[in-house]
Amino acid sequence: MSTTIVNLPDQKTATLPKKNYINAEDGIISWLTTGDHKRIAMLYLISITFFFFVGGIFAGLIRLELLTPQPDLVASDTYNKLFSMHGIVMVFLFLVPSVPATIGNFLIPIMIGAKDLAFPKINLLSWYLYMFGAAFIVAAMIMGGVDTGWTFTTPLSTHYVNTHVVTAGLGIFIIGFSSIFTGLNFIVTIHRMRAPGMTWFRMPLFVWSNYAASILMVLGTPVLAITLVLVVLERTIHIGVFDPTLGGDPLLFQHLFWFYSHPAVYIMILPGMGVISEVMSTFSRKRVFGYTAVAFSSVAIALFGFFVWAHHMFIMGVSNYSALVFSLLTMLVAVPSAIKVFNWAFTMQKGSITFETPMLYALAFIGLFTIGGLTGVFLGSLGMDIHLTETYFIVAHFHYVMVGGMLMAFLGGVHFWWPKMVGRMYPESLSKLSAVISFVGFNLTFMPQFILGYLGMPRRYHSYPAEYQVMNVLSTAGATVLGIGFLLPLIYLAWSLKYGAIAGNNPWQATGLEWQIQSPPLTENFVETPIVTQEAYDYEWLAHKTEQEVTTVG
Amino acid sequence: MHISPVLWQFLIKWLTNSALFPAEASTIAPWADALYFFLLLITIVGLVLVGTLVFGFAIRYRKERNPVATQIEGSTLLEATWTIIPLALFLIVFVWGALLYFRIYNPPANAMNIYVVGKQWMWKAEHPGGQHEINTLHVPIGQPIQLTMISQDVFHSFSIPDFRIKREVIPGRYSTVWFEATTPGTYHIFCTQYCGTKHSGMIGEVTVLTPEDYKKWTESSTSGMSLAQNGERLFASMGCNACHSGNAAARGPSLAGVYGSKLTLTNGSQVLVNEAYLRDAILNPSQHITAGYAPIMPTYQGQISEEGLIDLVEYIKTLQTNFRVHQTLTTSESNQAAPMTPGVVKP
Amino acid sequence: MDNTIVATHDTHAAEHHHVSLPQHRHHFETEEQQREAGTFGMWLFLLTEIMFFGGLFFAYLLYRNWYNPAFVAASNQLSIPLGTVNTGVLITSGFFMALAVWAAEVRKKGLLVLMLILTTVFGLGFLGVKYFEYKEKWEKHHIPGASFDISEFVNPPIDAKTGKPTEEPLAPDMAKKTQVFFSLYFAMTGMHALHMIIGIVLLFWYTARAHRGDFSAGYVAPIENFALYWHFVDIVWIFLFPLLYLINRHPV
Repeated sequence: MSTTIVNLPDQKTATLPKKNYINAEDGIISWLTTGDHKRIAMLYLISITFFFFVGGIFAGLIRLELLTPQPDLVASDTYNKLFSMHGIVMVFLFLVPSVPATIGNFLIPIMIGAKDLAFPKINLLSWYLYMFGAAFIVAAMIMGGVDTGWTFTTPLSTHYVNTHVVTAGLGIFIIGFSSIFTGLNFIVTIHRMRAPGMTWFRMPLFVWSNYAASILMVLGTPVLAITLVLVVLERTIHIGVFDPTLGGDPLLFQHLFWFYSHPAVYIMILPGMGVISEVMSTFSRKRVFGYTAVAFSSVAIALFGFFVWAHHMFIMGVSNYSALVFSLLTMLVAVPSAIKVFNWAFTMQKGSITFETPMLYALAFIGLFTIGGLTGVFLGSLGMDIHLTETYFIVAHFHYVMVGGMLMAFLGGVHFWWPKMVGRMYPESLSKLSAVISFVGFNLTFMPQFILGYLGMPRRYHSYPAEYQVMNVLSTAGATVLGIGFLLPLIYLAWSLKYGAIAGNNPWQATGLEWQIQSPPLTENFVETPIVTQEAYDYEWLAHKTEQEVTTVG
Repeated sequence: MHISPVLWQFLIKWLTNSALFPAEASTIAPWADALYFFLLLITIVGLVLVGTLVFGFAIRYRKERNPVATQIEGSTLLEATWTIIPLALFLIVFVWGALLYFRIYNPPANAMNIYVVGKQWMWKAEHPGGQHEINTLHVPIGQPIQLTMISQDVFHSFSIPDFRIKREVIPGRYSTVWFEATTPGTYHIFCTQYCGTKHSGMIGEVTVLTPEDYKKWTESSTSGMSLAQNGERLFASMGCNACHSGNAAARGPSLAGVYGSKLTLTNGSQVLVNEAYLRDAILNPSQHITAGYAPIMPTYQGQISEEGLIDLVEYIKTLQTNFRVHQTLTTSESNQAAPMTPGVVKP
Repeated sequence: MDNTIVATHDTHAAEHHHVSLPQHRHHFETEEQQREAGTFGMWLFLLTEIMFFGGLFFAYLLYRNWYNPAFVAASNQLSIPLGTVNTGVLITSGFFMALAVWAAEVRKKGLLVLMLILTTVFGLGFLGVKYFEYKEKWEKHHIPGASFDISEFVNPPIDAKTGKPTEEPLAPDMAKKTQVFFSLYFAMTGMHALHMIIGIVLLFWYTARAHRGDFSAGYVAPIENFALYWHFVDIVWIFLFPLLYLINRHPV
């Protein structure tokens, strides 16, 4: 009996569909002026991959420096710029757009039975704003960099550094609008363009997760925008809103900044959670356990996510009363994530499970996100946070959720929908190896950092006491392995564009409207608007349908 | 601690010696570690639980063993279970953490005050007796110490990991943290809030001494003038004397015994006079006018350093009567203990 | 069983009377869907604008609470007559915009173009008055920065008739806080003015298109949605005016 559910067409006779969104029009100009959500998704995929590796190079240099306790590889100012740029690039140029702008853009219209997003031109504008903002950030890098940290703490960023804060700030401001427009597009599309019969509770959970993330994008990002405007004004014309000598309050910046930046982390993780729902279901051949609970948990995370921002400020002099309220709310926001983890685990119960690469990434996600999420509870606990905050414990915590969680989910999603997006399969054995290498490398990199954090090693440190070296060396060794684990997919996915096996419509035998159309899809996605009568993850419907012929445009 | 103290000490010693765990060098450290181990426990239990479920299901329901999946919609009972149990655990953690937080940030009444001024990229500590240190801090065991801290420029954060304490050091207002050291030795001081180029160089050492050694240290490292004596000098040289002369008809209120008292302002509100209030009143007098007086005090913003402000505050704290104000400066014993925290000064 | 791809019936053919406007975007099933999506999108965008201005309003509320005397004195420097005129001007331009929407809906091209032009004129009028207000601040050294001058707050001018100062004099440290008020004044009204400029640029474009007849043949969505934006900018001013100009004002 086979241990895989992959079902490919006969490779001797299979070809890619004659008409699809990739060959619909020729020439680079057609790509740069497209309104097709799928093409825009691919434009985004190329851009964010590029910036991921830029951010990764910065990470590599940081870990290289931290091999030794002395500040011997680069100058202190350079090191400060490295971690600042690593954060800015990874957060704003990679993580925030990652799943929504690539997989979300590509799939959400198809998943709900629509021909495109509500506002295709705004979708394209969103990509151009991303590139324009990225250009500002690259300019800041080339001109000498920013060294304020991605958090732009005032008054350091407004009065005490002479690096390119304004350029970088403006870049992030512009990228913020890219994010807002993506979220706006998703919300309107999901509300207004579902196919007949596609009720809210028949939508795939991936759509619910992106919907929740879009609410955060739309409501939270403008606050970051105005905060950056104020920082730029303070730096350029010296208004005094954050300057204590002029009557301003630097703590005001903290409140405004974290009001966005905490929801931002949920913007980053929710779409990844959506991927996990899809993958767990497909590779267990089972509907997701507790669909309603998972859907409402996504929205609950988005809602509660707006009310916990000051847990980044527990030791900064917020009142005891505030500290209590925010700590309590932080505990509450942890619960929906726990609910989801258990629902995913129970999706496997009585399923029929196979372990293709996307499933490996999803399983890795569950373990690593559990660790990352629970260490968040450490930090939400007031007295514990005093010792742990601003140390490597925080660095380990957010890398567990962001890399161990989100990045694994992103890679899982890319692998899962790769055959749909390009029509070809990736090489399975090599991809499984990559996943395992990434998992091992990741844990080796970041688990020692929890230990370093409790020992007290501060974050953003260029040099450190000698007794912390062993853990740092382990961490750097892990980073090397992790780097390999991330490079491999880049190579074999590119290889698969030409040499991968032809995938056919539904290599995973999955439910979902996207798997009922050709790979790659037509520009207009569907030949006729689908009429939906099946529930989400309806494997019985799928089994019945597979017995019928499915026509495609060939 | 509910586990045997012997076992606990053994565990800590083993962990500390393996360089994987910081020393417990303050009274609060074991409390913090207890919470940490509880959190570790629930993390491990949670991880094992999730891991067992996932691995268990993966093996038991792999395709070869279970070729046909059974479609299950869900289970309200299970949803309730894994909502309520994590919530309960997280709420326990919340309460425990809140109690610890209040323990760490509320000093006991007899805490000895030391001022810390942070600036790019060094820590300056000022003992009330006039001892000044840079990047070091000498403290005795068995005595609660309160650090009153302020930054001269950007955000810093004062951290002593082995004591499990940390507090942000902010420009424009005092922040405080307290500890009581238990074991002589030297321990790291770190700045943990990124503050520019030499952030990782803004480190130091806290030296914990026995009470006798500490006494020896204070006697040998004094600069001759206590903070209060410095403040007395500033009080005269900056002209504070002119209005705060202590006479009945003076233009400014008498400052005798004002520290620790409850003051009524012109706008009717009542304030407790602590270090932060005194500092603010010197820099922003128009918002701190005592009832019955005219708003004529000029601001000293920009004319006095944070150290100068500390000296003035210390001086005002020592003012029990107006007598000292009329005295000329004399050198007195330089290792006087500082007055106690508000609430104890005035009976 | 239903097969979702090879549908056996057409969703639109005989059901709606299908007058396909040239602006019908084909990823929408019907024009109604397109219009609803457009309006929904604009409302969502306005929600983001509320969050955007919200940060400034929060900062304002905080500092007004902390430095009330400085805010009162600084606010008294703003000209109520000019502010009131501007409020009237902006409301009037909003009125013309609403008429423009009506004109588009009843397909009266000439009226539509006229209303759009009037909206633009009054919008420009608003900006003109703001220019004079800003100029006055520049001349009095009330623009935050190195040349900010607090002397007028410490030593207010004496009223010739009563012989008393026109304002309560402020202590120097409180007088310095007037700079915070002006920082927020310029940030908030400046951001508002920026939104008006964007709106006016769009108005020029829409007027040209209206003149071409784009909006008088049934396709009114851009005019309707732009009107929402313009009214929003109007509402922001309705909040800014009392908060900035009318602190502590009493009837004469």
